[in-house]
Amino acid sequence: MPQAITDKDGVKRYLITLNVNGDAKTVLVKGNAILTNVLRDELDLTGTKKGCELGDCGSCTILLDGKPVDSCLMLAVEADGREITTIEGVAANGRLDAIQESMINHAAVQCGYCTPGMVLSAKALLTRNPHPTEPEVREAIAGNLCRCTGYVHIVEAVLAASQGRTAPADH
Amino acid sequence: MYMPDFEYHTPETLTEACALLDELGEKATVLAGGTDVLHKMKVGKLAPGHLVSLKNLDDLRTISHEPGRGIVMGALTSHNAIYTSRLLQERYLSLPMAAHTMASNQICNMGTVGGNIVNGVPSADLPPILIALNASIRLVSSNGERTMPLEDFFHGSAETVINQGEILADITIPDQPATGSTYIKFGLRRSGALAVVGVAVSVTMDGDTLQDARVVLASAAPTVMRARGAEDFLRGKKISDELLAEAGDRASAESRPRDSIRGSAEYRRNLVGVLTKRALRKAIDEGHA
Ligand SMILES: Cc1cc2nc3c(=O)[nH]c(=O)nc-3n(C[C@H](O)[C@H](O)[C@H](O)COP(=O)(O)OP(=O)(O)OC[C@H]3O[C@@H](n4cnc5c(N)ncnc54)[C@H](O)[C@@H]3O)c2cc1C
Ligand code: FES
Ligand code: FES
Repeated sequence: MPQAITDKDGVKRYLITLNVNGDAKTVLVKGNAILTNVLRDELDLTGTKKGCELGDCGSCTILLDGKPVDSCLMLAVEADGREITTIEGVAANGRLDAIQESMINHAAVQCGYCTPGMVLSAKALLTRNPHPTEPEVREAIAGNLCRCTGYVHIVEAVLAASQGRTAPADH
Repeated sequence: MYMPDFEYHTPETLTEACALLDELGEKATVLAGGTDVLHKMKVGKLAPGHLVSLKNLDDLRTISHEPGRGIVMGALTSHNAIYTSRLLQERYLSLPMAAHTMASNQICNMGTVGGNIVNGVPSADLPPILIALNASIRLVSSNGERTMPLEDFFHGSAETVINQGEILADITIPDQPATGSTYIKFGLRRSGALAVVGVAVSVTMDGDTLQDARVVLASAAPTVMRARGAEDFLRGKKISDELLAEAGDRASAESRPRDSIRGSAEYRRNLVGVLTKRALRKAIDEGHA
């Protein structure tokens, strides 16, 4: 059980540690705090987006111990002690990940709202399965809705990244 | 979105969790993957005074084969853990494949088989195939435990026989003679859609004679249901396309679907027939698939 602290107004908060993008962050949260909100509002990691807030759209996707989950359906207290990767943790040493590079080069980003979740779902796929088929890519991002691109460029971008190419094939 | 307030608890053991549920009584709700509980709290359908999180009960996250008992699966096993279990893939591929028809990858990493059962809705995807495989469940409380066939757990829309203070600990699929099983889900999209109708079957073949069959329907009645008329009709018969079509007609006649946004009752009744025939054929020809 995380340490509970009750303030003078009787509001109970829990001291939890989230290992976010390699850093241990200790935050004081109420039991009903949703993980998306804690990442965005307490830790300023606003790359994680809020869409439906009910598990349907995937814009709040984060990796929890390496696996994609919808952070809008998770209490922050439930993530105490776990490893979290948000979109801010995907680029390393100032260099974009191959998936990000490839998405830019394939024009797989329009408004960009779905993109953080999309990249994280793709990242988890390529970590587990470095050379996926097109159906496997489509399946991996099926929980990430995009209202702009029609998905074709996103799928091409992820496949290209998996093949070590980040520039589009000639059309 | 607004989230109501509650007291949060994280018991370390099953015994401690049961004691807490007793102490807190009606005001407490069990939290597993949270995909139903948090959804309901956000849309204002649920406002528990206490949430008792099972997250520390790692013993309830394992899948193993116990000689003489069968495959025992902890209630906290996630849909993706079922999908990727080598043991289940080797013995009953139909169950991992059923888990794979569910929701999105994100929800499948969060949602648990226990939550899918206790939620009690007729559209849940795992109960039909588990009932087809004759699964039983173990409910644990401070007063002891009881084991029952999974099919006896449901008795009405979102109504189950679980008592306040009970926790679903595990699900057992007994070693059995069934030679094939499958679950066919018909949704409006391939991904992220609930079943308009789902049909799970298991068959025990002896040459080309059906020694035994189970036909279990999702979203075809107020609760998950066995089409016993179809099962009785099939038992002991030699298989033929006509026989399977007739079994489908019987299952369709027994079903009690309702009109909903996902499909009319008439459409669903028709689907039950088509899917029953297809599922039987698949289980006969392909084994556990
Ligand atoms: C976007 C979305 C898509 C979905 N798609 C599907 C789908 O395709 N098919 C499908 O079948 N379902 C679907 N669901 C529903 C849900 O994800 C599943 O029913 C899931 O299995 C619930 O498990 P959970 O661990 O998240 O349950 P929770 O939300 O934690 O709990 C659900 C209920 O069960 C109780 N409970 C949980 N575990 C136990 C236990 N061990 N003992 C006693 N009580 C317990 C809780 O108190 C609560 O009443 C979907 C949900 C969402 C949000
Ligand atoms: S905001 Fe979480 S799934 Fe839509
Ligand atoms: S780029 Fe706009 S939602 Fe995907």
